[in-house]
Amino acid sequence: MTSLTPLEFFIQQAINAISIGSIYALMAIGLAMVFGILRLINFAHGDLIMVGSYAALFLTIAGVPFWIAASGGIVASGLTGLLMERLAYRPIRGAQDVAMLLTSFAVTIFLENMGILLFNPSSRPFSAPNFLNSAFTFGALRVNSVDVIAIVVAGILLVLLTFFITRTELGTSMRAVSQDLLASRLMGININRVFVTAFGIGSLLAGVVGILWSARVGKIDPLMGFYPVLKAFVASVIGGLGSMPGAVLGGYILGILEILLQGILPASLTPFRDGFVFGILIVLLLFRPNGLLGSTEKEKF
Amino acid sequence: MQNNEKRPISTLVTGLILIAIFVGLLVFINFGTSSYMQRIVIGLCISIILVVSLNLSSGFTGVFSLGHIGFMAIGAYTAAILTLPLSLKGAYLPDLPAWLETTQLPFLPATLIGGVLAMLVALLLGASIMRLTGPYVGVATLGFLVIVNVILTNWDSMTRGARTFSGVPPYTNIWWSGVWTIVTIYVIWRLAKSSYGRQMMAIRDNFIAAQSLGINVLRMRLLAFCVSAFFTAVAGSLWAHFIQSFSPKAFLFVETFSIITMLIAGGMGSISGSVIGAVGITILSEVLRNAERGISLGFISIPPVYGASQILMAVIFILLIIFRPEGIMGKRELDFSHLIPFTFKRAKRKEVASQ
Repeated sequence: MTSLTPLEFFIQQAINAISIGSIYALMAIGLAMVFGILRLINFAHGDLIMVGSYAALFLTIAGVPFWIAASGGIVASGLTGLLMERLAYRPIRGAQDVAMLLTSFAVTIFLENMGILLFNPSSRPFSAPNFLNSAFTFGALRVNSVDVIAIVVAGILLVLLTFFITRTELGTSMRAVSQDLLASRLMGININRVFVTAFGIGSLLAGVVGILWSARVGKIDPLMGFYPVLKAFVASVIGGLGSMPGAVLGGYILGILEILLQGILPASLTPFRDGFVFGILIVLLLFRPNGLLGSTEKEKF
Repeated sequence: MQNNEKRPISTLVTGLILIAIFVGLLVFINFGTSSYMQRIVIGLCISIILVVSLNLSSGFTGVFSLGHIGFMAIGAYTAAILTLPLSLKGAYLPDLPAWLETTQLPFLPATLIGGVLAMLVALLLGASIMRLTGPYVGVATLGFLVIVNVILTNWDSMTRGARTFSGVPPYTNIWWSGVWTIVTIYVIWRLAKSSYGRQMMAIRDNFIAAQSLGINVLRMRLLAFCVSAFFTAVAGSLWAHFIQSFSPKAFLFVETFSIITMLIAGGMGSISGSVIGAVGITILSEVLRNAERGISLGFISIPPVYGASQILMAVIFILLIIFRPEGIMGKRELDFSHLIPFTFKRAKRKEVASQ
């Protein structure tokens, strides 16, 4: 491999950072949407990635073309998310934050063990088609196509989502509910519809992330959703839980931070990278207890 | 405050009765049952310590920690490194600092050092995150758990990294775990019933009111968090000397979830509830684990389904939150005083006299 000039190295790392940041951002939006209207931190969001990836994998094995298999996977994630809302979260709506958080913990344990039971705990190769697996080279610069596709897909989805949230009636009611649930209810907003929409969109996004993530990593296993959701979690906290622009911002910041740490930490410390990320998160929370774009309402202290 | 006069006596009586029952049980289990049963009881004692101490910080001050298992890991590894026989140390952990390489401590000091270390970490961590609220505390403590895990997995010279840490001497027995259980419950009970405990509950129930009464919220939360971390680390040490070989993976989310399930099942904010939750869930998971290997009901037989017990536990947990979110005990405590007419009468008389 020929060595890179500093500029090329920078571009390479920047693309890396933005691509991983896009994936985190897509995940974090799903979390933020649900948190915004329900005050629920949905841990099980990561397992939707797993469900989507397995569905896509099995469809591919069954001989379905990749486009359809991927869409099938995304739909499977969406349906699982809706089911989750109906069976586990709707009955406890309005419970304490902690109770809801723990319920999502339980849903995670449930889904992961179901995955182990049904799909076998060992990992399987996820064979993405060529266009997701190739790399462009410009001189010494090498850019994976999946990175580019992740950036583009995330860009398109973010634009669509912004349009949906700001311009449609459902999107507006969603924002209303996240501001004040009771008042929106009194204004005649059908909050069940809003909840279902939020879960639906969030879960579909998780499905998209599942396909991108699996194509990037190349293999899938029942516990694969864990690290992505943890990262998305960090991203949405950085941005301010419940704030959707915050989630996107947090996702990109986290992606850049990770690649940056990878680059500047001495080799002996790189295994500790995730530790540093969480350390930075805790320090950030000290100074901005509600995240970067979170509401500045002074709740405590 | 109508029970004010009765409470000290009833608490004492209830406590003494429970300790007597508990010691009797330990004697019976130690001499009268199989080693399988003894192992379950030791595991149960460790769970009780974990749940009761989690309850102090989560149930009494309302700061919900998802990272307590991190303290358990600190206690387990610290104590295990200190008690590891010198003959094994050279082979297992050749890169230890010289003073550690030549140190071997008995069980009790090693456990205490583990506890104090966890307490110091809790002090540092707590001083920063105790200002946060609700879900943010959960996230930050979860971050702490991940940090602990990353350090344990990568600090090869101290922890053998991701490899199994084995050769820990089997010091933990019925007596050690039993005595530590009683000490934990006693200390936390006294703390919860002291004026500190009242302040903690005041913070939990109404933050702003508590603050305006002049309660130092940060200090109370820190106190609860540190004491809780100490006992959690003690449980970690007991566990390490019980299971004897373990790796950092043991201290992650499955363990976290099982402790939280016990806490919720028993009732957050009730110490006796924590004990009941730990006992109930331990029995339940033992039954489920046996059932997992396959059941034969005469004409119908269920094939073994591994992992089913975890799935069932998760379902039970969700049903619990839906139908009985306050747990078995809620915030109440067990009270046996009405079983003893004498103390009851005496309390009554006093109450009348004081009026």
